[in-house]
Formats: sequence, structure tokens, C-alpha cells
Amino acid sequence: MLGLEKKDFQLLLVVAGLTLLAPFILNPFPESSGMAQFNAGYPDLMQRFVIFGIFAIGFNILFGLTGYLSFGHAAFLGVGSYGAIWMMKLISLNVIPAIFMGIVVAGIFALAVGFITLRRSGIYFSILTLAFAQMSYALAYSVLTPITGGETGLQIKSTDRPLLSNLEEGEIGRANLFGMDMRASFELNVGDWLFTFNAGYYIAAIAMLASFYLAIRIFRSPFGMMLRAIKSNQTRMSYTGLNPRPHTLAAFVISGMYAGLAGGLLVAMDTQVGPERMFWTASGEVVLMTILGGVGTLIGPVLGAGAIKYMENILSKINKDVLHQWFAFLPDGLEDFVITLIYPFIGKGWHLTLGILFMLVVIYLPGGLVEGGQRLARALRGKKASDEDGPKASTEPAE
Amino acid sequence: MEAIILQILNGLDKGSAYALIALGLTLIFGTLGVVNFAHGALFMIGAFCAVTLSRILTLSYTVVDETKTDFLGNPAKVDVPYVYDLFGQATGDAIIDWAVPLSILFAIPVMMVIGFVMERGLIKHFYTRPHADQILVTFGLAIVLQEVIKYFYGANPIPTPAPQAFTGSFDFGAALGFDPNLIIYPYWRIIYFVFAAIIIGAVFAFLQFTTFGMVVRAGMADRETVGLLGINIDRRFTIMFGLAAAVAGLAGVMYTPINSPNYHMGMDFLVLSFVVVVVGGMGSLPGAVLAGFLLGILESFASMREVLAVLPGLNQIIIYLVAIIILLTRPRGLMGRKGVMEE
Repeated sequence: MLGLEKKDFQLLLVVAGLTLLAPFILNPFPESSGMAQFNAGYPDLMQRFVIFGIFAIGFNILFGLTGYLSFGHAAFLGVGSYGAIWMMKLISLNVIPAIFMGIVVAGIFALAVGFITLRRSGIYFSILTLAFAQMSYALAYSVLTPITGGETGLQIKSTDRPLLSNLEEGEIGRANLFGMDMRASFELNVGDWLFTFNAGYYIAAIAMLASFYLAIRIFRSPFGMMLRAIKSNQTRMSYTGLNPRPHTLAAFVISGMYAGLAGGLLVAMDTQVGPERMFWTASGEVVLMTILGGVGTLIGPVLGAGAIKYMENILSKINKDVLHQWFAFLPDGLEDFVITLIYPFIGKGWHLTLGILFMLVVIYLPGGLVEGGQRLARALRGKKASDEDGPKASTEPAE
Repeated sequence: MEAIILQILNGLDKGSAYALIALGLTLIFGTLGVVNFAHGALFMIGAFCAVTLSRILTLSYTVVDETKTDFLGNPAKVDVPYVYDLFGQATGDAIIDWAVPLSILFAIPVMMVIGFVMERGLIKHFYTRPHADQILVTFGLAIVLQEVIKYFYGANPIPTPAPQAFTGSFDFGAALGFDPNLIIYPYWRIIYFVFAAIIIGAVFAFLQFTTFGMVVRAGMADRETVGLLGINIDRRFTIMFGLAAAVAGLAGVMYTPINSPNYHMGMDFLVLSFVVVVVGGMGSLPGAVLAGFLLGILESFASMREVLAVLPGLNQIIIYLVAIIILLTRPRGLMGRKGVMEE
């Protein structure tokens, strides 16, 4: 189906099902219950799940397949965002040209950066990409203020009159898709549950599914095989008469365009952008997502992006009062003790949990959550099944 | 002329910090072959050693002083640090005043222990794994260390002043025969530079003139052969890791009066220090020091008003720009050795 093998097509179907039904799946707890704060089914967070999923899928095409660890990938996201918002400010409030512009600008920028940085590999490549990203950040923050808005960034203001829109005087333009407002939502009340279906989320979700499909095609194509060859042995590849450079550059540009798509979508959702989107911590975050989920796997980066964004938004909201509610059943002294133990890891300290989790994954589970899931499944199925899986798993490189 | 001297001086203190961190990074890379992304965190922990010591020294109990009254007319409460009881008031005040330099003594053992624990507990297991894994695990460790410090000390910068005697500025211009007040330079920055020079000199002397250093250098050149000669090279490399951690920590301790420490200062420096190491040449100690000072001075020249008028924003990007040019034209960096990390 769609040029995919049966197994990949099933995976795509599962992912499609999960993303399209996300408003239901992410809202398992009734509004009035104490667990309602674990609900992630509100538009803003769901949009972040899929957009950063796209970003991580793109990063994985570069790092997972070729093994080139870029530490400056957020620069492409940022450049794409700037491209998209200018399109909205000047030409049209429709999100399609804006997103398209984001992809194109990020792709061109990635071509330029990749052309220079890919002369080196290993740690030098990491440092070079980091240097480019930090340079873009510093320039966007200071000198390029006329284009980037400097520290305050860019928003759509009431003075913006895009060419192809007929706004009234003083009306602030809103991102739309052929007239459909990105913020339009349909709310469904079922008993104690409230499900929100947001237009922006579904547009981002469709973009995510398209990128995911494209990623599967790249993974299974001869081009993807070539990229894996670069990772496993570049020297041997060039001795067989294949020049690795154009392939790596193509992977770099594709991955930059994915980042541009993510940046364009971010702008389409909240119509603003600031330079902090390009700061190196943002680049570090996408590395964390990809590794956490499972580098070199198809579904891993999406899982990683979801896990980190969930922690960032949900775990960080838990405060001491909530903990006291949870552990109210314990005797007083013990309750305080348990809370003192747990408190550093949640709320504002969620980065600590993230750091520890990340280290554990790198040390014990180099394949990330995906490998964890596979091991768990194998353990559950028992020894016999694992024998059948053994030789099969070993034929898949880069995973 | 004055402007040039001033910019060189301005570049020296930042350059000293870069050089010290880059030196430690190179020591670790040269000996253990590990790319340590947590090195900035060690710099930050060093800075917080100074904060901790000055907090310990000012630990105090409250007494009611009957002879004075506060603004409500009640007997005033006075905080008396415990050091007063131990050393008397005058000496106690002096000790509190000199908290930052004293922290050097406190930081060395602390940083050594942290270095040992890090190497034995974590990094040891990553020798045989790819560089990307090493970068990732130390990156994770840096996040953890940073968050631990943030949990205990909060997110705001903590001002930690230099001793009273060094708070003023030195009129360099007058000393060199220019008009007074043209080149003014804070005393503490001179001290920082001298301190950095001493540490760098000490590390080089240690490697060059002691038997231990000789073995370590031999190990850097060919680890396997040294091991075959019956020398426990791993133990020596662990000690070198502790030493590198201590160097980073000391750089942090002495930097506190220049810039109030906060939990992410390490990361800010780390990114630049890596660039410094790469520019100097992976694995080359003199290269790291040279590149540190060079980039520090270049950065301060690029922030001159005259330069910014021609090329605005140059001060923000100069270091990265130089790094890109160097890496593309001299792949081994300024003083890189042949065969080290050449992919």
C-alpha cells in the first residue's frame, strides 16, 4: 500500500490512528477527577507534540541514518519560523504559503550551512553546526533586529496589511487556512469528559503524517541505504566508487527542511517567533528527544518528542500542594518525608528528571524507548519468541 | 595605542577563563580520549564552591545586644558569625572578606573528589563507545549537575565579592606613561590573569618535569605500550581527570567576583571553550592555552566601538567565525597533533 511494505504500512496506520484520535486518547481522565491534570488533550500541547515530532523525525534522518550529530539544528527551525512569519506579515495570512516559505528558507539555509560543515565529521561537525547556530542566534538577537525583531521577536500586529488579505482598519490578522481560523475548535462534551478538536492541531497532524510517510520512504529507499553506509563505513563506501558527500548533504538539507516545516507550523499556530527558538539549548532538546525515543528508528523520535513535551508541560505543573493531596493517605511524618524525596524531581525540577532519564537511556538503552519496548515485549513473549526475533533483528543496521 | 592596550587587557581575563577550561578539556581528551561536555558544569561547581565557603564562613547565631536599640526601641539583635568566636572579631572579618581566595583551598579537594567519582563511576564505561555517546552522556550529566545546583542555590545569580583590598581599579595608563584615567583596569582581573598564568604554568611544569607527568605524557602518546610496561596507566589517567576537574573548578572559583555565579554559567562557557579547544587543535595543550587567550583578545577587539561601527554585531560572532575559518583552512587547528581525531 502506498509503496510501503505491509509492516511499515501497519505502522503508518497505527501512527495515523493515534494522531487523529489524540484528542480522545490524551484525555483519559474526567474533568472533575484529581487526575485531570495529567490530561494532555488540549490544543496547545497536542500541537507541540506533533510539531516537535516533525522536528525530531527530520533530525533523525540526519543523525539516525548518517551518524552526523548536529548540535545546531534549532537554527533551521528558527530560520523557517522567520521566513513563515514574514510571508504572513507581507503576502498572505493563509498558512500554506507561510509554511511553504518556511521550508524553502530553511532548506536554502541548510544547503549553505551543510555545504561548509560537512567538510568535517565527528566532533568537528558537531562544533561547526553549533557555531553556526550560535552565530544565527547572536545575529538574530542583535544586528539583524530590523528583520528579526531582536529580543522581542516578531508578531502579527494591527499595522500589518498582508497583500492578499482584506482586513479592516486596525484589525489584527489571524492565521487561517482558506478562511478557517487556526484557533477554531469544536468541543465535544461526553459526560464528564471534554474533548477539543482544534483546526490547527489537525493541520499540524496531517503535516506530521505526511512527513512520517516520507521518512519511511527515505528509510526504505536505496538513498536511505546509502546514508546507512555512510554511518557504518564511509571509507569503504568511497572505495566502492560512491561519493558520500552529496548524499550526506542531501540528508542534511532534507533534515533542515523538516525543521523548517516544524518552524513554519509553529508560526502558523501562534503567529509569533523569537530568537530563543535558535538558542543551542533548543538544539540540545531535539537531540534529547531523538535519543530518548530511539535513534535510527522510525517511531522513536516521535515518541521522544511526545515524552519530553509531556514532561515539560505536565510534570512541571505538579507542585507541593498536589503532592500533599496524593500522599494524604500516609501518616503525617512519612507523608512529608516522601514529598521531600520526590519534590526535587517534579515541578520546576523536571529538567533533573529529564537529565537522569536521558543518562540512563544513553547508558543502558542506546536504542531508546523503542528498544526498551522491544526488550519488554520479548521478555513477555518468553524465550522461544526471542530466538525467532534474534537473527531478524541483526539484519537491520543502524537500529 | 591606549585603546589597543585596553582591549588586550580586557581580553586577558576572559581569555584566561577560556584557556583554563580548554586546558582541562584537552587534558581529559588527550589522556582518556573522552569528549567531556560536562566540563562547563565543573567550572560552575567550582564557582559554587566559593559561594558555599562564603556561606559557611558567615554562618551565624543571633545575640541580643543590650547596649544598642533598633528602630522600634527594642534591644537590637546582632548576628554573630561563628568565626568570631574562633578567631576573634578582627581576624574573623578578614577571613570572611577573603572568602573567595580561601575557597581555592576548599575547592581543590572537592573538585578532585568530584572528578574521581565522575571518571570511575561514569566515564570509565564510555572509553570504548563512540564519541557521540560520550558527548551525549556527559551532556546529560551536565544537565543533572546544573539542576542539582539550581535546586540547592536557586536560579538567581549570587553576588560573591572579591576581598576589600582588591575591589578598586589600577590606573594602567599612568604606570605606562599615558595620561591618567585612560586605561583603568580592576585589580581583580589582574589577579585572575596572574592566577591563570600560575595554574597553567604549574600544569605544564607538572607534566614536563615530574616522573608522574612523564608517564602521563607517554600514556597520551601510546597508552597500550605504557600499559604493557607494567604501569597502571588507568589510575594515572584518573588522577589527571581529577586534576582537570580541579583546574576547571579553580577557574570557576576565581571567576565569581567578575561574574556572579548562576547555575547555567557553565554551559555558557562550555560552548565557547569547545570552540577554543577545536581552534587550538584537539589534544594539544599549548594550542588550547594559545587559542584561549587569542580568542579572548579577539573578542574584546571586536567589541570596540570603532569596529562595531564598520561591522555591527561582530563581537557576538567573532569567535564562531574564527572557528569556522580555522577548521576549514587548518583542519587540525592551530597546533593540533597529527593523527589525533582526524576524521
